[in-house]
Amino acid sequence: MNFPAELKYSKDHEWVKFEGDTAIIGISDFAQDALGDVVFVNLPGEGDEVNAGEAFGDVESVKAVSDLVSPVSGTIVAVNEELADAPETLNSDPYGAWIIKVEGVTAQEELLDAAAYEAFCAEEA
Amino acid sequence: MKLIFERSVPGRHLDLLPACDVELIELPAALKREVAPALPEVSESELSRHYTELNKQVHGVNSGFYPLGSCTMKYNPRIDEEMAALPGFANIHPLAPAHTTLGCQEALETTKKYMCEIFGMDDCTFQPAAGAHGEFTGVLLIKQYHDARGEGQQRTKIIVPDSAHGTNPATANMCGYQVVNIASAPDGCVDLEALKAVLGPDTAGLMLTNPNTVGIFDENILEITRLVHEVGGLCYYDGANLNAVMGVVRPGDMGFDCIHSNLHKTFATPHGGGGPGAGAVGCKAHLAAYLPKSALLGGGDSIQVRSFNGNFGVVLKAMTYVMTLGQEGIPEAAKNAVLNANYLQAKIKGTFEPAFDRICMHEFVLDLSKYKKETGVSALDVAKTLIDHGMHPPTIYFPLIVHEALMLEPTETETRETLDWAAEVYRNLYELGFKDPEYMHNAPHSAYIGRPDDVRATRTPVVRWTKA
Amino acid sequence: MGSYVPSTQAERLEMLKAIGLNDYKDLYRDVPAEMYLDAPLNIPQGMSEMEVANAVSAMAAKNKVFSTILRGAGAYDHYIPSIVKYIPAKEEFLTAYTPYQAEMSQGILQSIFEYQTMICELTGMDVSNASVYDGATAAAEAAAMCRDRKRRVTLISAAANPDTISTVRTYCYGTNDELRVIPAKDGKTDLEALKEMLTPDVASVYIQQPNFNGLFEDAEAIGEAVHAAGAMYVMGCNPTALGIMKTPKDCGADVAVGEAQSLGMPLSYGGPYLGFMATTTKHMRKLPGRIIGETVDSKGDRAYCLALQAREQHIRREKASSNICSNEALCALIVGVYCSAVGPDGLASVATQSMSKAHYLAKELCKIPGISMKYTGEFFHEFVVEMPKVDEVLKALEEAGILGGLPVDGGVLWCATEKASKAVLDKTVAIVKEVCAK
Repeated sequence: MNFPAELKYSKDHEWVKFEGDTAIIGISDFAQDALGDVVFVNLPGEGDEVNAGEAFGDVESVKAVSDLVSPVSGTIVAVNEELADAPETLNSDPYGAWIIKVEGVTAQEELLDAAAYEAFCAEEA
Repeated sequence: MKLIFERSVPGRHLDLLPACDVELIELPAALKREVAPALPEVSESELSRHYTELNKQVHGVNSGFYPLGSCTMKYNPRIDEEMAALPGFANIHPLAPAHTTLGCQEALETTKKYMCEIFGMDDCTFQPAAGAHGEFTGVLLIKQYHDARGEGQQRTKIIVPDSAHGTNPATANMCGYQVVNIASAPDGCVDLEALKAVLGPDTAGLMLTNPNTVGIFDENILEITRLVHEVGGLCYYDGANLNAVMGVVRPGDMGFDCIHSNLHKTFATPHGGGGPGAGAVGCKAHLAAYLPKSALLGGGDSIQVRSFNGNFGVVLKAMTYVMTLGQEGIPEAAKNAVLNANYLQAKIKGTFEPAFDRICMHEFVLDLSKYKKETGVSALDVAKTLIDHGMHPPTIYFPLIVHEALMLEPTETETRETLDWAAEVYRNLYELGFKDPEYMHNAPHSAYIGRPDDVRATRTPVVRWTKA
Repeated sequence: MGSYVPSTQAERLEMLKAIGLNDYKDLYRDVPAEMYLDAPLNIPQGMSEMEVANAVSAMAAKNKVFSTILRGAGAYDHYIPSIVKYIPAKEEFLTAYTPYQAEMSQGILQSIFEYQTMICELTGMDVSNASVYDGATAAAEAAAMCRDRKRRVTLISAAANPDTISTVRTYCYGTNDELRVIPAKDGKTDLEALKEMLTPDVASVYIQQPNFNGLFEDAEAIGEAVHAAGAMYVMGCNPTALGIMKTPKDCGADVAVGEAQSLGMPLSYGGPYLGFMATTTKHMRKLPGRIIGETVDSKGDRAYCLALQAREQHIRREKASSNICSNEALCALIVGVYCSAVGPDGLASVATQSMSKAHYLAKELCKIPGISMKYTGEFFHEFVVEMPKVDEVLKALEEAGILGGLPVDGGVLWCATEKASKAVLDKTVAIVKEVCAK
C-alpha cells in the first residue's frame, strides 16, 4: 500500500495536497482498497461551500456507499468531472484521481503525515 | 438464452380481439405517437415456450429448500391461489357500489379480525403493499399522533438498533425523522443503557424487531417498551420475524403501539419473485384514527399510501391460510418453525459456528469470520457452492453486526429429512473449504450461469434491450 | 384443522430431544411468562381444505359480478388473454423470492429486464425500474426523486386521480415537504395558473395523461412551461393509451410513471396492481427501486443481475430517499406476457377500440334529452357527462348486470373498453334513456 510522503491525510481516509491557497482532495489508497471496485462517484458542484468534517459527496462500490468527508472548510473551485465517466481511476490511481479543489480554506481537520497515517491504517485493518 | 425481443418476427401475432363493431375513432395527429413501440411479435406457442424456459431457471420455495433468513420462505398452498382467483373476487371493480361488494368487505373484515387477534392490536389496514410500505405507514401513524398532540415539532428522532433491516432507518428518513442508531448488546439484543442514553423529550419512537434480526427473543422487551413510553415515545414493531411467535406471544402484549406484518412471509402468500406482497398494519386504539384510507372511497383527510384497498388479492390468500390453520394451527406453525431452526442449528454446530450459541427463534446466524481467516473461503463462496447442491443459499452479510454472516430460516414446512440433508451438505462444505478452497471461490459450477460480473453491471449499466 | 407442518408427533419429540429439550415451551424460555399465551387465540378453529374452499367461495358469492363494466377511474376492465393467466401461475415464478442469487433466478431477472425494455418502449424513456407498488406510489416516488436541497415543492394537477393526489400528499407529509395543487379549468390542468405557480422552489410538476376526466392534457405546452422554470416534469400515463398516444419522452417528460393494471391484471377489488417508473439516462441514479442490468458471467456469457444497488435502502439506510426493497415482480411478469401476447398492433387495437367504444357511448348517451358532455376536450376511453337521475340510472343498469359510470363532482365518469360490444352499449343507452324519460 502506498502513502506518498508529500501528502497530508485525514482519519476519514481522504488525502490533501496544499498548493498555495488551494487544497486538492482525494481518497487514499487504503480507502479505495477497503471500498473495492468503485462504480460511481456522487460529485458536488463548483461553487459549493464545504465544511471540515462534513460530507461533500459519496463513492459507491457494488455493495457499499461511503461518504466523502472534506478535511477542510472552503469553497469548491474545481471538480474532477472525469470521475463521473471513469470512477475506476479512484482504484487504479487514487493519488492521481483528485476529486475536488478547494480555495479560501478557513479551517481544517486534524491531518496526519504519511507515517502517522500509515500507522493509523495499520490499526484500522 | 434469447430475449423475447430476439424471438420476434414482424407479422407474428395472437388473434385476441374481434373487429371493432362501432365507428373507429383516430387520435388527432398532434396526440399520436410517431413510431409504434417495439413490443415483441410472437406466436402463442413461442410465447409459452419462452416463459416456460425462463421458469426453469428459477428456484422457488415450491421447488426446493429455501432457508433464506428473514424472508420466511414457507410453502405457499395452492388453495390460497385458487380462492384469490375466484371470479367473484377477481372481477370486482374497487369502486363498485358497496352493496355489490359485500363479499369483499366481509373478507377484509374477517382478515382484520384475525390479524388484530394475532397482533394483539385493536385495528388494522391492508392498504400498504409490502413490508417496507407497512413500516412507512406505521411510522406515519406515530407522526400523526405526535402532531395531533402538538408535539410534532419537538419529537424529531426515531431510535433504531444497529442490527435493524435497512428499511427501518430509510423509513424513518422518509417520515422526516432523524435516525438515532444504537449499538446492540453483545448478545444481539437491545442495550438498555444505550437506549436510556438516547431517550428524551425529542424521542418520537422506537422501531424494533422481536425476535430480533439475529433470531433471539429480547427478554427485556417489556422494559424496553416501558422506557420508550415513559418519555412519551411510541413503539413500532417490525413484523418481519412474526412467524416465530404468532399465536405464542403477541406484539400488542409486548407493549408495542403499532405493527406491520408481511403477509407474504408469515401468512404464506407467495413472494412472486419480489412481489406483490402485502403489509398489514395493526395499531392500538389510540392510533386507529390515523390509519390510511382511499380518497376515492371516502377517505376525506386521512393519509393514503396506495390506491384503493391495497393488494386485496394477497389479503385473500392470507385469509384462506389463517382460516385453514385456525387457532391451533397458527401457534403450531410458529413452534415448529422454531423447532426446525434449532434442530438445523444443532445439526450444523461443530462445523460452522453459530454467532450466538443458544436456543434461537425461527432463524439463526452463523459467523464465518474465523473460517474465512483459516480457509480464505467467504460467506459468499459458501452461498455460491450451496447452489450446486440444489438448495437456495441463506441470507448473507446480514445482519451487519455479524461479519461473514450466514442467516438460515428453514421454516415449519420442511421435513426432518430435508433438514438432515441440508445439515450434511453444510458440514461437507465446511470440510471442503479446508481441502479445496479454490473450488468454492469458483462456484457455482452447475448453475445456469457462473457468477455474474456485478461491477460491470453497475459501472456501465445496460438496463434495457436494444436492437443490434 | 389444516396444517402444512409435515413432521409427525413422534418426529417432533425426537427433534426436541436431539436439541436437548423436552417441551416446545423450552424453546420460548426468553419470552416473559406473563405474555406467553397458554389460552388459544380468539379465532375460529382450523378447517379442512374442502371446508375452507366452501367458506371462501360462499364469501365470493356475496359479491355481484357485473357482466359489463363501464367504470374506470384508475382500474380498467380490459380483456385478459388466456396465456396471461397461466404463465404467472407457474410455481417457480410464483414462489421465488427477490432475485438476490442471480445464478438461481435468471428467469426472473431476464423477465424483469424484458419488462424494463417494454416500459422504455411504451414511454420512450431510457431507463425503467423493476416496478413499484402501483400508479399512485409511482407518482409519489417520482416527486421524491425530483427534489434536491433547494427545490422541495411538488405541484400536482387537480385533474389527476384523487387517489394519486392523496398518496403524493401523504408522502410529502412524511418528508415535511409542500404539495400544491394546480387548479383545473374545463376539466384540464390550467396552464396559465400553472405558470403563476412555477416559483424557484418548485422541484417537479405532475400531470396525468389522459387525466382523471378522461381528457388529453396539452402535455407538450405544460412541459415547456415546467422546463422554462427549471423544474422537472413528471407525466402519469395510461399504458394502454401509450399504444397509440404520443410518448411522455416526446412530450418532454423527465419521469414517466403510471398504473399498469390495464396490461393484463384483473380488477381484484383494487390489487395487486403495478406502478411503472421510467426516466432519462441523466436521472437514472435518482430512480428508486430495483433495477436489473445485463452483464456477463464468469464464463463470459450474457447474464442478468441486480444493478445500481448502492442507491437502495439496504446500503444507504437512513440516507436512502426511498425505503422500497421489493417490486411487483409477478405483476411485471404479467405485463411482459401481456405485451408479448398483444404485440404492438394488438396494443394499438386495444387502445383504439376502447377509445372508439367510449366515443360511441358518449355520442349515443348525449342523444338522450338532459344528458350532455361536461367538458369539450379530446378524450380517450373515459368521459364525464352531466345527467339527471343518476342513482336511478345506475340501479337500473345494475339490475341488467351493467356497472355504470362513477358519480363524480358534477357528473358521471364513464369508461368503455374493447370488451363492451355495440349491442351492450346500445342496451346501456336504452336503459338510461328509459329511466331518464320516466
